[in-house]
Amino acid sequence: MKARSTQNIEHHIDRYRAVEGGLLPLLHAIQDDLGYIPQDSYAIIGKALNLSVAEVHGVVSFYHHFRTSAPGRHILQLCRAESCQAMGATALEHEAKSCLGIDFHQTTADGAITLEPVYCLGNCSLSPSVMLDEQVHGRVTSEKLNALIQAARSSE
Amino acid sequence: MSIKVYIPRDSAACSVGADQVAMHIAVEAARRGADIQIIRNGSRGMHWLEPLVEVETTAGRIAYGPVRPEDVSELFDCNFLYGGQHHLLHGLTEALPWLQQQERLTFARVGITDPVSLQDYIAHDGYRGLRRALEMAPEAIVQEVTDSGLRGRGGAAFPTGIKWKTVLGCEADQKYIVCNADEGDSGTFSDRMVMEGDPYVLIEGMTIAALAVGATKGYIYLRSEYPDALITLNDAIDRANSAGYLGNDILGSGRQFQLEVRRAAGAYVCGEETSLLESLEGKRGLVRFKPPLPAIEGLFGKPTVVNNVISLASVPIILDKGAAYYRDYGMGRSRGTLPIQLAGNIKHGGLIEKAFGITLRELLYDFGGGSASGRPIRAVQVGGPLGSYLPESQFDTPLDYEKFSEIWAVLGHGGIVAFDDTVDMAKMARYAFEFCAIESCGKCTPCRIGSTRGVEVMDKIIAGKQPVKHIELVRDLSDTMLNGSLCALGGMTPYPVLSALNHFPEDFGIEAAQSAA
Repeated sequence: MKARSTQNIEHHIDRYRAVEGGLLPLLHAIQDDLGYIPQDSYAIIGKALNLSVAEVHGVVSFYHHFRTSAPGRHILQLCRAESCQAMGATALEHEAKSCLGIDFHQTTADGAITLEPVYCLGNCSLSPSVMLDEQVHGRVTSEKLNALIQAARSSE
Repeated sequence: MSIKVYIPRDSAACSVGADQVAMHIAVEAARRGADIQIIRNGSRGMHWLEPLVEVETTAGRIAYGPVRPEDVSELFDCNFLYGGQHHLLHGLTEALPWLQQQERLTFARVGITDPVSLQDYIAHDGYRGLRRALEMAPEAIVQEVTDSGLRGRGGAAFPTGIKWKTVLGCEADQKYIVCNADEGDSGTFSDRMVMEGDPYVLIEGMTIAALAVGATKGYIYLRSEYPDALITLNDAIDRANSAGYLGNDILGSGRQFQLEVRRAAGAYVCGEETSLLESLEGKRGLVRFKPPLPAIEGLFGKPTVVNNVISLASVPIILDKGAAYYRDYGMGRSRGTLPIQLAGNIKHGGLIEKAFGITLRELLYDFGGGSASGRPIRAVQVGGPLGSYLPESQFDTPLDYEKFSEIWAVLGHGGIVAFDDTVDMAKMARYAFEFCAIESCGKCTPCRIGSTRGVEVMDKIIAGKQPVKHIELVRDLSDTMLNGSLCALGGMTPYPVLSALNHFPEDFGIEAAQSAA
């Protein structure tokens, strides 16, 4: 872990150590800041919150949202749930994987996009939906998905 | 005076370009010297018309949609700021049949007001319920909610008033109100629409719940997939605190209620109330054994009300207009209204709030206009990924908790997902097991192991390997999951699986006669 990361994590720990049930908010703060939760931070988190390393690992690994390695510059989440399936999400998923040359939970070689599945974005009346970073896109067609991917690839 | 132009900030509207449309309208108005005020409202729920742009005229609000950024200049040319003719014009918003035929109680303000404006909220009857509750004894508030017939809108349909009564009756130094906003069911978005479109109604409902049971602290457990709702809720909570509607001295009554939003982290099972409480405590979201009930030993071991967003958001109108007003809507033991979400392969999808009793057919065809693809609707799944699939022969079932129960189906959170005749129901059954395997918390064996075995057996059936024998295995496995799981995730995964099998045996490679083993 880099010194700067350690410093940031300690700052977040100070913010949440006295908060009731503060582990989840703390993990969110770390991931929002660094993009992921470094596994070598479990010990200092555990020490501050009076938890074992195993307990911290247990919580991080339980939740789909948390990741333990750096993602690409953008995160593309494809909805796999029923409503989107009814509107062609499975075909869209195959297309995205072949276009990016990766499977779910992987990052493109250029480091631009990490592909994740998601189970409902709450946009089911405008299925199929995807989420690029924090923005949901509805009624996604093949063309629209390609345009999003191209835009993400060419941006920082 | 400037002309008011409404463009939704709701994330469904933004998912199809509402932000860009708002920007284009602002730029074009400035260029043409038009004096307009853009208000970012919630969504009216007519999602096929999003982005829906409304202009306030002397006759009322006039709707244009779906508006694309490239339509904006033309709209100005057609004088849309004064209701001018254009092919996207729909006339007066309130007169549209989709809205006219609804009974909007919980959603009374959604799409109409500026979601974070307290002034708007109060001008549209907001906080009248809380003011009345502040003059009532806790027992009387609980009685009012009980008399309204309100049942939990998250899916389990447990009477809200009874839950509150249990918490009220507990002696404790601390009690909590927890709002379950972990809306993870596919085909549902009513919680999101309330949180993004009328956050104060939820805040008011939670405050009334706190007064009723003697709680001083509340949490909204919000799914991480809803970043816009997080921003809107936090903004509204800040404003409510500043104006004295939350905090240490609610409206000078000396009563206190502190409210905080906590982000979930993408685990579907945390929508189960005990798993949610574990997660709020900062732990893995493992389901707890019941008893003890959360109402007696809930968050941090204290008496806790855990209610869904819609349940809590229905409380203000009940307190404002009285139990009888709410109870007069509905049928049988399903009282009041249900915000129904029409989704999937549907032409006109969106939010319909109706009294219980409307049929699926009316929703799918009169409101929904049939499938989006133009093909026949073959199946609908009601109540999320743990809800049954219903064939066309059951489309006349009225929306009512008991009527659905009679046909081995559930209303759940009111989500309806339509599928056309290209759907492969064996694949949907496989998906139900797969979803359960991905989301299982792992605590009980039927769910943890059963779901994975279910996927394997379904793969064999889909591959055409001894379907009759393997279907018997699926039934046996489903029986174990149904009766042996700790919570609804494992316990209800058999609903989509067996309903698909029973109603669509041909997709499983067998004749109807062979399906009932």
